[in-house]
Amino acid sequence: MAFSIYDFSSFTQSIHQLLSGVMSPAWVLVSELVLVGLVFLMFYALLGLALVYLERRVCAFIQNRLGPNRVGPQGIFQTIADLIKLLFKEIFIIKNADKFLFNLAPFIVIIASMMAIGALPFAKGLHAMDFNIGVFYILAVTSLGVVGILLAGWSSNSKYSLLGAMRSGAQIISYELSVGLSMLAIIIFSGSMQLSVIVESQANGWWIFKGHIPAFISFVIFLIAATAETNRGPFDLAEAESELTAGFHTEYSGIRFAFFFLAEYMNMFLAAALATTLFLGGWMPLHFGVDTQFNHIMDFVPPVVWFFGKTFFVIYIIMLFKWTFPRLRIDQLLTLEWKYLLPINLFNIVLIAFLVMMGWHF
Amino acid sequence: MNAFFNYFSEIGRGVKTLLKGMQITNGYFFKPREIVTQKYPENRATLKMFDQFKGEVIMPHDDNNQHRCTGCGICENNCPNGSIQILTKKETNAEGKAVRIVDKHIYHLSMCTFCGLCIKTCPSDAITWGQTFEHAVFDRSKLTKVLNKPGSTIKKEVKG
Repeated sequence: MAFSIYDFSSFTQSIHQLLSGVMSPAWVLVSELVLVGLVFLMFYALLGLALVYLERRVCAFIQNRLGPNRVGPQGIFQTIADLIKLLFKEIFIIKNADKFLFNLAPFIVIIASMMAIGALPFAKGLHAMDFNIGVFYILAVTSLGVVGILLAGWSSNSKYSLLGAMRSGAQIISYELSVGLSMLAIIIFSGSMQLSVIVESQANGWWIFKGHIPAFISFVIFLIAATAETNRGPFDLAEAESELTAGFHTEYSGIRFAFFFLAEYMNMFLAAALATTLFLGGWMPLHFGVDTQFNHIMDFVPPVVWFFGKTFFVIYIIMLFKWTFPRLRIDQLLTLEWKYLLPINLFNIVLIAFLVMMGWHF
Repeated sequence: MNAFFNYFSEIGRGVKTLLKGMQITNGYFFKPREIVTQKYPENRATLKMFDQFKGEVIMPHDDNNQHRCTGCGICENNCPNGSIQILTKKETNAEGKAVRIVDKHIYHLSMCTFCGLCIKTCPSDAITWGQTFEHAVFDRSKLTKVLNKPGSTIKKEVKG
């Protein structure tokens, strides 16, 4: 295959052999864990900052404004300046708050999104951990985040926080179903829960093309449900600036607030990356037909570029959702899930199972 | 059966209107119309404020250094937070009569809430809104201004 020139497994293997040459296997494991952890921490922080900047710019252009354009060329250092400001701010502990839970909550939220990002396949061989139940693992880990949100709301001893957290809980628990079921569509198609196998199964075409209309419906439902899961507009009832000041993170300040903020943006990245991996072929290049000139040219674009290109395309769609649609009421939110998305999704799953049974997909 | 069709037509209509909205915002993203915000310090030379803009209270003077203020003190009385003080003095006019004229019309910009009651209630239209807005200074005392210029007199046509 043409994209074997971009195979990262030989690169990771060489690092492993280099480390094995100088230390014992136990230390090799420890140092590899530290290395991967450092790489992911850097990736997490930098990508979070980039996403915050992107969102502000996209939102500004949509509203016929310019957005941040003063700090550095085109304002690219604005979010770094904001981060430095947040680092210097006082960490405020409220009277009568449950101090232990109050301090714990932001870490739970950020750890949940961090753990999920570790399972994403960025390119062939560029994969921190490749579980054979990858999809299931990501679903399980991302739903941990709601525990952090509920704890933040409860321990803040504030009515705004508690209301925001309760809304968030209701929302995430109900939309988890839709996310899971729309992922199930791709699991049926590819016959595996392992993310690398799902990506490999799309070498001859992405599932959104191969799976006919049912796969497209699953993709749309996944986008809607994932937007709701990440508490972004138009499903941002948990924050709802105009009603609850800031929802569950009203009482947080300084770096703890930054944690919530960063986790929200990284969850958006995670949702987009999952949509890419499951529906848009992950790091697979775009192919039309078999063995054409166009396909060979596409093969020379590195898979990392493909992965991030598709991911940022999905992120742009999610941002467009936020800056186009007005916020839903809590009853409208639950109506959308239980009356529309869930029945359509269930019917869609049956349809997909039938398609796969008859072998009608490509 | 009717409810069944309604369910799907509702979804169809919803998707259609949502796509329409996204089409508009997407259009703005790729082809922004006129940028509504100002690039302020760069366009300082060309920036023109609007007629209704409330920058600060000023007292217009004409070429002969004459204003319309009679020193009646109605603006001072109407100011809700005491940001106007009027100091008057007695003076004999050309006919030898003792009249009261304004000595200093003191305006505390630091206390002003820009409600406009002074301008609305002025019986002789002596004060109005100025268009300047760069009021930042390093010393608070600079925000206390005397609106009538030194040596200025009242216009003839204004009745005291």
